[in-house]
Amino acid sequence: MQRSNRSGEILVIGEIREGTLHSATVELTAKARELADRLGTKVTTLLMYDRVDMNVEDLAWWGADVVLCVVGEPFRYFNQEVYTNVISYLIKGRNPQIVLAPATTSGRTYMPAVAAKVHTGLTADCTGLDIDADTGLLLQTRPAIGGNIMATIQTPNHLPQMATVRPRTFPVPKPNRGRKARVEHPDLPGEVFTSSIEVLGKEHQEGMDVNIQDLDVVVSGGKGLKKAENFNLLRELASLLGGGVGASRAAVDNKWISYPHQVGLSGKVVSPKVYFAVGISGSVQHLAGMQTADFVVAINKDPEAPIFRVADIALCGDLFDIVPRIIEKIKEQRGKE
Amino acid sequence: MLIAVLVKQVPDSDEVKMDEEKGTMVRSGVGAIINPLDLHAIECAIDLREKFGGKVRVFSMGPPQAEEALREAVALGVDEVFLLTDPCFAAADTWATAKTLAAAIAKTGPYDLILAGEKATDGETGQVGPEVAVMLGLPFSTYVSQLDIEKDSAVVRRTVEDGVEIQRLPLPCLLTVLRDLNEPSMPTLAGKKKARRFDVVKWDHEKVGLNPEEVGLSGSPTRVVKIFYPKVTREGAFYKGKDLDKGIEHLLKELHSMGVLDGGKDNAEK
Ligand SMILES: Cc1cc2nc3c(=O)[nH]c(=O)nc-3n(C[C@H](O)[C@H](O)[C@H](O)COP(=O)(O)OP(=O)(O)OC[C@H]3O[C@@H](n4cnc5c(N)ncnc54)[C@H](O)[C@@H]3O)c2cc1C
Ligand SMILES: Cc1cc2nc3c(=O)[nH]c(=O)nc-3n(C[C@H](O)[C@H](O)[C@H](O)COP(=O)(O)OP(=O)(O)OC[C@H]3O[C@@H](n4cnc5c(N)ncnc54)[C@H](O)[C@@H]3O)c2cc1C
Repeated sequence: MQRSNRSGEILVIGEIREGTLHSATVELTAKARELADRLGTKVTTLLMYDRVDMNVEDLAWWGADVVLCVVGEPFRYFNQEVYTNVISYLIKGRNPQIVLAPATTSGRTYMPAVAAKVHTGLTADCTGLDIDADTGLLLQTRPAIGGNIMATIQTPNHLPQMATVRPRTFPVPKPNRGRKARVEHPDLPGEVFTSSIEVLGKEHQEGMDVNIQDLDVVVSGGKGLKKAENFNLLRELASLLGGGVGASRAAVDNKWISYPHQVGLSGKVVSPKVYFAVGISGSVQHLAGMQTADFVVAINKDPEAPIFRVADIALCGDLFDIVPRIIEKIKEQRGKE
Repeated sequence: MLIAVLVKQVPDSDEVKMDEEKGTMVRSGVGAIINPLDLHAIECAIDLREKFGGKVRVFSMGPPQAEEALREAVALGVDEVFLLTDPCFAAADTWATAKTLAAAIAKTGPYDLILAGEKATDGETGQVGPEVAVMLGLPFSTYVSQLDIEKDSAVVRRTVEDGVEIQRLPLPCLLTVLRDLNEPSMPTLAGKKKARRFDVVKWDHEKVGLNPEEVGLSGSPTRVVKIFYPKVTREGAFYKGKDLDKGIEHLLKELHSMGVLDGGKDNAEK
């Protein structure tokens, strides 16, 4: 779509999985509010679902002016074709200047399809969003090449400007419970709900009930763990901190833990508050998945291990000695409280 | 079955070294390889050809050197390879890349199935596959970790954050694949021999059938306006031997100030 409208709204695509609102929806709505205030425009959050466990109007608390609800059986499971149709249809009618979606497997699937359909650019997996003070254009910053470089990207001549945003990139502000939003149920032609894709079902698998991308604390283990049972040590530490367990590819390849736990270039990218790398050397490919963590703790017996160079706290020694000591100290502290 | 596979040549990440002073990636002298996930797409295509007969065609858009990646694909057993190469294709974003690939596919098709990697290890957007599908007007799926062809449809298992989604798509369709799909084979000796003499088809914008304005940088809606290098080294505190106790104290203090010591409490007691 060629540029026509510089006063349009910011449209946030929300994500509801099996009735539960994904935290990225709130995060993106709040970020969109901040950007919209600078542009002098409004924020619309779109939700597509068959059921939901919240009062959707509450998204106003984080900055939505309008909550658009598209409700129906086709949203019981994710269907990329229906999502693409609905979003493209709404973009054509509403002319937003910016469209944001979480860089989840779903967002990374329907957003490129929408961008191709409405003929505009799409910046992937952003970790920074800003407005250019001179032009009012969206400045989209993203890591590439395994997190080794950052690029700032603009979409100067096409609308809308579209980006997927890595979950947990932006802080979620305190809700302003007095704020109100208008809830709208847009009229959509029946054909946007028809799809050639048939969703046959969904299976929840071991290790997939908890998504390490959604956690504040990730405790990852590598080749240094030596065997599957030793991951229990990391599980204990993780659960004390309300977190989950990640792994290097070496650990996954050895079948000590399943693939959904893998962090890195060919696994997941995580940005927790605290990342523990235990018995992980710190290959470029592993760093690609955890460099954006706020705080990194590395435990390794090799003083030269590259992981120490990206660590805020480096504990050099035998992990089978250090991890139990940390667990013990945490329990001790708890006892005191 | 006539199958098209999209293959990108990327820098060999095994050889990637960091310039520790500048925190930049050292690119010179780094080899180029087929994007690792694309090897799984090639393997899948060859398996299907063995089962159902037909042909596997590989398409790559890139500089003349990308011919190497295509010869490697020949060594792995694909039937025909197309290199879309033209100075005006340079600096394409995913939209312009997809446009170019889609045009070549439309011109040589129709195909029963189009396969791509879920993402490339350099650009890492994962956008090219879905964009090609939409431009061809085909249904598509992503994150495919298992595929069964049943009559006129593809039944796929797609691995997502919280489980596996099972979908049935009509053929033709486009799928982007994960490494769980299969184990890529090594090139055979006969394959390598064949690859050396193989005729790589090269197409410029005229052959592809697009105007120079529609491709490369001029056809790209996005612009990279700045590139910078993130800080890779942190001012870390290092503890060893007798100092480890101090290190663990330090760690607990940090965990406390970040609120995760208490945050985890309810969870641990559940
Ligand atoms: C295309 C490609 C994609 C890849 N994708 C990924 C990815 O997504 N994620 C990933 O992690 N890797 C990935 N890799 C693999 C990566 O290159 C490394 O091989 C891998 O990360 C190594 O895992 P590791 O650190 O656990 O093992 P190692 O490198 O073997 O390190 C083990 C570490 O444990 C330490 N150690 C051993 N025993 C102890 C002990 N008792 N106490 C304390 N420390 C101990 C050792 O000092 C060593 O530093 C990829 C590679 C390629 C080519
Ligand atoms: C630092 C940096 C950041 C960038 N960010 C963006 C961005 O946010 N948005 C954007 O639109 N562009 C971006 N680009 C441009 C983008 O990298 C290129 O368009 C690239 O050619 C394709 O994108 P990709 O590497 O992300 O491929 P992906 O979409 O990740 O590749 C997925 C699959 O598509 C197929 N494929 C991809 N490229 C080709 C090809 N040339 N030939 C054949 N098959 C192929 C392969 O099967 C591959 O496995 C960026 C470029 C740089 C240097």
